[in-house]
Amino acid sequence: MELLGEYTSMKKALISIAFGLTASLLATGASAQATLNSVKQKGFLTCGSNTGLAGFGLPDAQGNWTGLDVDLCRAIAAAIFDDPSKVRYIPLAAKDRFTALQSGEVDVLSRNSTMTMSRDTQLGLDFPAINYFDGQGFMVRKKLGVSSAKELNGASICTQQGTTTELNLADYFRANNMKYEVVAFATSDETFKAYDAGRCDAFTTDASGLYAERLRASAPDDHIVLPEIISKEPLGPAVRHGDNQWGDIVRWAHNAMLNAEELGVTKANVDQMKGSDNPEIKRLLGTEGKFGEAVGLTNDWAYRIIKHVGNYAEVFEKNVGEGSKLKIKRGQNALWTKGGLQYGMPIR
Amino acid sequence: MSTTVDIPRFVRAKQVEALPPPNLARGPIAWVRENLFSGPFNTLLTLVVFYLLYVSVPPLVKFLFIDAVWSGTDRAACRADMGGSETGACWAFIREKLGYFTYGSYTVSERWRVDIFFALLAIGVGWLLWLKAPRRDLGAVYFFWLFPILSYILLTGGNSDFSGRFWIGFLIFGVLLIALFAFVAAILKTSLRPALIIAGGIVAVIGITLALMDIDFGLRHVPTSLWGGILVTLLVATVGIVFSLPFGILLALGRRSKLPIVRMASVIFIEFVRGVPLITVLIMANTMLPLFLPGDMTVDRLLRPLIGTALFASAYMAEVVRGGLQAMPKGQYEGAMSLGLNYPQMMILIILPQALRIVIPGIVNTFIGLFKDTSLVAIVGIFDVVKTIEASRIDPNWAAPTIGLTGYAFAALFYFIFCFGMSRYSLGVERRLAAGQKR
Repeated sequence: MELLGEYTSMKKALISIAFGLTASLLATGASAQATLNSVKQKGFLTCGSNTGLAGFGLPDAQGNWTGLDVDLCRAIAAAIFDDPSKVRYIPLAAKDRFTALQSGEVDVLSRNSTMTMSRDTQLGLDFPAINYFDGQGFMVRKKLGVSSAKELNGASICTQQGTTTELNLADYFRANNMKYEVVAFATSDETFKAYDAGRCDAFTTDASGLYAERLRASAPDDHIVLPEIISKEPLGPAVRHGDNQWGDIVRWAHNAMLNAEELGVTKANVDQMKGSDNPEIKRLLGTEGKFGEAVGLTNDWAYRIIKHVGNYAEVFEKNVGEGSKLKIKRGQNALWTKGGLQYGMPIR
Repeated sequence: MSTTVDIPRFVRAKQVEALPPPNLARGPIAWVRENLFSGPFNTLLTLVVFYLLYVSVPPLVKFLFIDAVWSGTDRAACRADMGGSETGACWAFIREKLGYFTYGSYTVSERWRVDIFFALLAIGVGWLLWLKAPRRDLGAVYFFWLFPILSYILLTGGNSDFSGRFWIGFLIFGVLLIALFAFVAAILKTSLRPALIIAGGIVAVIGITLALMDIDFGLRHVPTSLWGGILVTLLVATVGIVFSLPFGILLALGRRSKLPIVRMASVIFIEFVRGVPLITVLIMANTMLPLFLPGDMTVDRLLRPLIGTALFASAYMAEVVRGGLQAMPKGQYEGAMSLGLNYPQMMILIILPQALRIVIPGIVNTFIGLFKDTSLVAIVGIFDVVKTIEASRIDPNWAAPTIGLTGYAFAALFYFIFCFGMSRYSLGVERRLAAGQKR
């Protein structure tokens, strides 16, 4: 245990050195030109995506990327180009994702990344929106006879390296004065494989991931998700710090989808809604006011998003909700009017 | 009185037909005795091997074929709790995803271009490797010049859109090159014509190549970020294999050179590249390199590991080739020199043919290693065949316990076919080239 502690503190020191280096490199290259202009010039958006997480970012049988995070990139591309397919996806592993964003290889990182203070400040990133409120949970085998995470003292736990999951795990066990043994892997896939093969007693990741992974278990019914949620994981897209216009575009792309859901504007009825008298819908769809031009887009930017991608509810249900195999409940991700946390900022 | 005695003649005019050997020395029983049970130790080994086969083969066959699920549209076919079977491989999954495994995310309507690329590759490889093929010299021109250009045009869509300034630059380069050749010819006091022809030829070849890359054939542009699957694996492996042998030979010769700068450069390159793992090279290329380059300068994400693996394989190849060069007796060099051959002639005509033959097993070993190492590009986010399988097995539509095993069985089959093919071909070449040393 002592050794383990020393090891982790050394690792933390190394990580902070690496982050410091990249941050200083970033500071020297801060005079980057406006991202929107470079995206328009290239003719496509480069989007850092997950290397494979069901429901959030995964290639289908034709190789098209699908998922909640992917749809956010499609929404941004729709707002800029009126064509959601003008996106190039660069699959990034958890440990490479921020470097790729900082170096300018991707314009936006939409890859279930948790917003934290250190990432927001030290890494030189901005998290303009939260498109999924998640929390970390545990999955164990039923035959272990455990019904609460408090009973996991001395357990070995499979987790993914370089994520907040690893750090939350340490915090939780320290706070509850329990011992544990961490078994870390590079990708979520490997992590779950190890758990399913019996390398560890428990598997931990964000609750959304637990349900997705359980589907793949050799016997899904043999596993239970423990009730404790040990962390706040606000997952959202990230952009480089310092280009506020670009951050605005990403933020309002998400908010447009939320407002559309709230106002009942869907992919199917958006054309009809253009004739609506409701001033909020008029402002959203750009028939009134010049909100799109203010961020360097056209005034029908939100119309394009809804027309091509859909509102938040449609995107959610299609990718992770009832319309998908994952069947995740809206829960915290319901609109504020329905007791959730998703709150579309007013467009006015 | 003389009597005639009828003495039988002892010399037979005809050979008596040989008796068959005793039953214990022929037929299957004898073969078994001789080959499988020729002593207590061998008997023991045979029994152990039979036991291992008995333990491993029937379940494998049962899993892969007998119990396998061959058709189905989603995971229900391969899950016991949904009415399917999960005791055997789920080949329905492979059938559904085969397009993705082959082409990755390559635009569906443009996939015929990749098929043509595969066909062209097969033609090129067949032309060069099949010894009785007609005009193998043309085959080499095809494989090393025409085929790369065609592949580039087919896979990316061509139409590089070079600027006018680029072409002016090329024109100046061409004139300078011809002038240089003429100058050298003048200094060496040889006739001007051949020098001009060679220089003109080089400029023409480069010019045609660039022009072909520049022409708009009306093909849609497909960015490399969409390439994946078998396409990427074969591409990385082919580029690595094709580049590593010539570069490796040059590096090996450089390392044995008497010129200090050439030697030092070769030694440093080889030792440096061999001193780091391939993963380091790849991560350096794809994660660190963009941090060092200025913001608007990017090198294609697929090109970087392509160059990385090619250089990496070259360093290993250099040491293999050097092994062959070391094995050549000094007499071969001296004999070549006494014939009045200069250095290139000596190397090309005498030394390398013999040295390379010695190291064929090593060369093929490096090729096979390289072929399998291509799967490492997955860690820098490029979807080679293994990575496409890994990404597909996460798909909730196909979430079933046997999916992973089936995917890896498919990957194993893919790698086995190619590696075994290379290995068998090299054995054939070895046998052919070793004709002089057979007893």
